[in-house]
Amino acid sequence: MNLDLTEEQQLLKNSARDFFERELPKETVKELETDPLGYSPELWKKMAELGWCGLTIPEQYGGAEFGLLELVMLLDEMGRASLPSPYFSTTVLCAPLITNAGSEEQKSELLPKIASGELIFALALTEPTATYEPDGIETTATFDKDSYILNGTKLFIHDAHCADYIICVARTQVWATPEEGISIFLIDPKSPGITITPLQTMANDHQNEIVFDNVKVPAANLIGEIDQGWPVIKRILDHAIVAKCAEMIGGCDWAVDASVEYAKERVQYGHPIGAYGSIQHYLADMWIECSMGRRMTYYSAWALQEGEPTDMVIPATKRWVNEAYKHCTRMGVQIHGGIATTMDHDMGIYYRRARQGALLFGDTQASLQKVAMQLGL
Amino acid sequence: MDFRLTPEQEKLKAEFDAHFKEEEKRAPKGWFGGFETRFETDENWAYYRSVIDKVAEKGWLSLPWPKQYGGQELGYLEQALFSQSAEYHRVPAIDVHLSIVSAGMLEYASDEMKQEWLPRMARGEIDFAQCWSEPDAGSDLASLTTRAVEDGDDYVINGQKVWTTGAHRANHLFILARTDTGAKPNKGLTYFLTEIDKPGITIRPVYFMNGGHVCNETFFDDLRVPKKNIVGEVNQGWKVTMSGANFERSGAGGVAAMQRDMEELVDFCKHTYRRGQALGKDPVIRYKLADLAVKIEAMRQWAYCCAWQQTINPMSYMEPSASKYYMTELMVELSNTGLEIMGLYGTLKQGSKWAALKGKFEEQSQITLGFTIAGGTSETQKNIIAWYGLWLPRMK
Repeated sequence: MNLDLTEEQQLLKNSARDFFERELPKETVKELETDPLGYSPELWKKMAELGWCGLTIPEQYGGAEFGLLELVMLLDEMGRASLPSPYFSTTVLCAPLITNAGSEEQKSELLPKIASGELIFALALTEPTATYEPDGIETTATFDKDSYILNGTKLFIHDAHCADYIICVARTQVWATPEEGISIFLIDPKSPGITITPLQTMANDHQNEIVFDNVKVPAANLIGEIDQGWPVIKRILDHAIVAKCAEMIGGCDWAVDASVEYAKERVQYGHPIGAYGSIQHYLADMWIECSMGRRMTYYSAWALQEGEPTDMVIPATKRWVNEAYKHCTRMGVQIHGGIATTMDHDMGIYYRRARQGALLFGDTQASLQKVAMQLGL
Repeated sequence: MDFRLTPEQEKLKAEFDAHFKEEEKRAPKGWFGGFETRFETDENWAYYRSVIDKVAEKGWLSLPWPKQYGGQELGYLEQALFSQSAEYHRVPAIDVHLSIVSAGMLEYASDEMKQEWLPRMARGEIDFAQCWSEPDAGSDLASLTTRAVEDGDDYVINGQKVWTTGAHRANHLFILARTDTGAKPNKGLTYFLTEIDKPGITIRPVYFMNGGHVCNETFFDDLRVPKKNIVGEVNQGWKVTMSGANFERSGAGGVAAMQRDMEELVDFCKHTYRRGQALGKDPVIRYKLADLAVKIEAMRQWAYCCAWQQTINPMSYMEPSASKYYMTELMVELSNTGLEIMGLYGTLKQGSKWAALKGKFEEQSQITLGFTIAGGTSETQKNIIAWYGLWLPRMK
């Protein structure tokens, strides 16, 4: 056992911290929240140059072939910087999906362009059913001659508005169990019959509604085996939960650090408020929650990467990080006082992101249900 | 970053597990494990002593010490594995008093003193009880007033101590007393060791709220302690006391104990039917159990982190303080949630045929109250994190 970061990991984390402190002022974050595109193509290009867009893509396809653990460390920093970008959709969700399930042709065509930052992807998974379980997939894809015809509505889809490709999860067959009969398609968002409508959310995280109205998709655009898509999605979702936790814990860390620093500076009744026991105890609790969440997140990433059992620890981690991030940002506002409730202050970005992130890829209730199942209840 | 145990650690863990699995079978009826239970009855104490004798024989009482004093020179992670295994099997193989005294002694005692005491301690011959706290010196320990006055080759000690856990079973005391009343509170203290069967020591029981005899109050009335029984230097007792925190404090043992309790509670909920439905199918109970399981898992990960942090820096403050605080609070929560889930059966004491899980949570929901107070209250742990970890200002 060695719980220190390797030199390479430390370097990645440090360079990410420096990069975002230099390149991403909070003013830019706030501007991008309401910007229709939602990210800075200039920053994206620089991130690609640093090799981050292809961080976990195999070397043969132009990537850096790092593991999930390294990805998680980078996401930790991205969360801390509150980076608005299609990084999660593209590099965390879609790139490994293509790596795991794509044909040789798809991989050699798409992955190098993801790594170089040329292509942005969105994963169209969730629907108005609002669940990450397979029974939520109601969008249909019907085989017709040499193509599939897609019909249905995808909802809560991040970055679809700016994606060069959409990877859509649809039902191709109704079988005995909801896991069966699901297939994955690579879709050009400009195909006739697709309507993409941006959604306004609490975190301004650029989600969209996508309506598929008799959208014709060439049969060659199937990713993986027909009807066998769910195991591919399930694997991506496990990675996504851990990755989302990393991003969230980075934000949580920012909230704790900012609160500690503020408590040292802000003077009331003649003392810095950080000298008062009540504030000290809030901060100690916040530090503990955040630190424990990071440990769980890194362990989950390691376990997933090494093929160790994760059915218990992954939902447990999500539950922990959800509540830690929500609590630390709520207390972050409390410690900063009235100013933190305003748009002028940065805490609001994290407060809103915490509540958004806590619902993505498994909210607390869904996570606890999974834990209860693992307990055999 | 690599969370995998080394083959040597795996081997050691298997050895610990095999030993304690067998030892558990010899436990007396109604045995709960933990630190307190051993002091309560003669039968429990006899079991504890027999466990310690075997552990000492294997050299496991002195896992972290240098070999020259009878130790095994094992690291914090290996010690955490030991605690984990013993506590999961509820075998009383850990003597926290021994850990505290030996840590202070290794750092500050003369070589002569180490040679005299440590091998005997490693053989399990010495049962210490703690004489630090006083009625008016709890969290603010350095304000203690028990006096030790030099007299020839001895010091003469007068005063009162409380929370002398297990003094009615122990054969030695470790005492912190004031030797300089003019100095700053923590600069005038000295650390003494004494045999317990000395004139001038009176021990009276302090009964716990459930009636159990674990703690005592101890009175010193002209107790004479030879100078050679001072650990470290005169007036340097505070440093020795603080370095007594340098033992495995990851919480790995406590987590394992909670995991075991949790297994039993979950099993109970699966097999207990109320009004035709298993308790575990009740959505509220499911939620509570799952939430506890998450917290225990979080603490399990944290314990490893803490053991690792202590490996890198033996005097780490934040991580062990966080462990102590979070884990003991979780123990209170677990026992109270357990009590509540049992319903009316929950409060029945051990011995009744109706008692759920042999009255475990009836007892635990009381015993655990001391955990968040003893050894530094939850508030003190948070202060430590705030002051020495987050570097927040201190009110003068």
